Amino acid sequence: MIYLDLFIGFLKVGLFAFGGAYGAISLIRDIVLSYGWLSEEMITYMIGVSESTPGPIMINLATYVGSSQGGVLGALIATLAVVLPSFITILLVMIILKKVLKNPYVQAALGGMKSCVIGIILATGIFMMLQPCLGSLQDISVDVTAIIMTVVLGAVYFGSRKFFKRGISPIGLIGISAVSGVLVYGFTLGF
Amino acid sequence: MSLLLDLFLTFAKIGLFTFGGGYALVSLIQHTCVEVKGWISHDEMMNVTVVAESTPGPIAINCATYVGYKQKGMAGAVVATLGMILPSFVIILLISFFLDNFMEISWIAHAFMGIRIAVGILILDAGIKMVRKRKKRPFPLLIMIIAAVTMLFIDIFAVHVSSITLMLASAVISLSVYVVQTMRGKRE
Repeated sequence: MIYLDLFIGFLKVGLFAFGGAYGAISLIRDIVLSYGWLSEEMITYMIGVSESTPGPIMINLATYVGSSQGGVLGALIATLAVVLPSFITILLVMIILKKVLKNPYVQAALGGMKSCVIGIILATGIFMMLQPCLGSLQDISVDVTAIIMTVVLGAVYFGSRKFFKRGISPIGLIGISAVSGVLVYGFTLGF
Repeated sequence: MSLLLDLFLTFAKIGLFTFGGGYALVSLIQHTCVEVKGWISHDEMMNVTVVAESTPGPIAINCATYVGYKQKGMAGAVVATLGMILPSFVIILLISFFLDNFMEISWIAHAFMGIRIAVGILILDAGIKMVRKRKKRPFPLLIMIIAAVTMLFIDIFAVHVSSITLMLASAVISLSVYVVQTMRGKRE
């Protein structure tokens, strides 16, 4: 049943979403793909939308996936499921178990998970950068336009930090990439 | 205005006007709850942020839940959290109804093909920033590298291993190494 799947799937996301929004993005992508809810492309598009709309990215993604699979009720279930673990943990920890987090054994286990999340985020970023350029192993397709855009956008984004104090913001990069997508793919594929 | 309504509206306003998620939200929550409303002290706010780093979920939700609880108990926690979620929920729900139709318009589809490239760059950048922020010790670095390589392998060869399994394995390994180290320390 889709509602139960959504609830359990996003409960897992909420329970293991360490490392802020980007940890959650990697996890949601993983779970959504394993249930076959959305295509790889659609997830990537939605990550772009979630970064450009207000509110926590994790909530935005949960609402979208829920709505696409189960309408308004699906969206409600996915969103509540993703929030439930953090709601309960923060109250438990702040009120009852403040000392638990300082326990060295807990620290060791948490430290392992945090290091792991960073590795997962790095891998997800690399894979998602390569995929538009090279396709997947099952379906290799070299897209020269995407490769050039990746190099240029990457150079603009990372290079901007040398010239401005804080560089281009994530929303700024998404805006620039959307405009260049319209222009570049418009010229190569037709408007 | 009743306190519950105030909590709900305040967090709904924060959720509605903050782009970029995460820390952008935290700084606005801090400004509103500590300086404007005086709902929570600066020290307490710092505490919540630190704890939020070690507990799962969006840090903004963690803050909303705790501030709500401090002001009005369980009802406050629920109301503040729902307020925080509501704007995102409504906006994304509306988008989700129209996105498929939008995608049939060719220039919007092209825009998203461009956005797809930006998303990869942003995620990689977030990962790099986190590596820089973390203390460089050999063991965590090793876990990080092994996790990255394994995850890349899983992605490329479409192997069915969940990233949650990787995280649990890392927790167990890290904990075992710590236990072995302390036992050895005691013996010497």
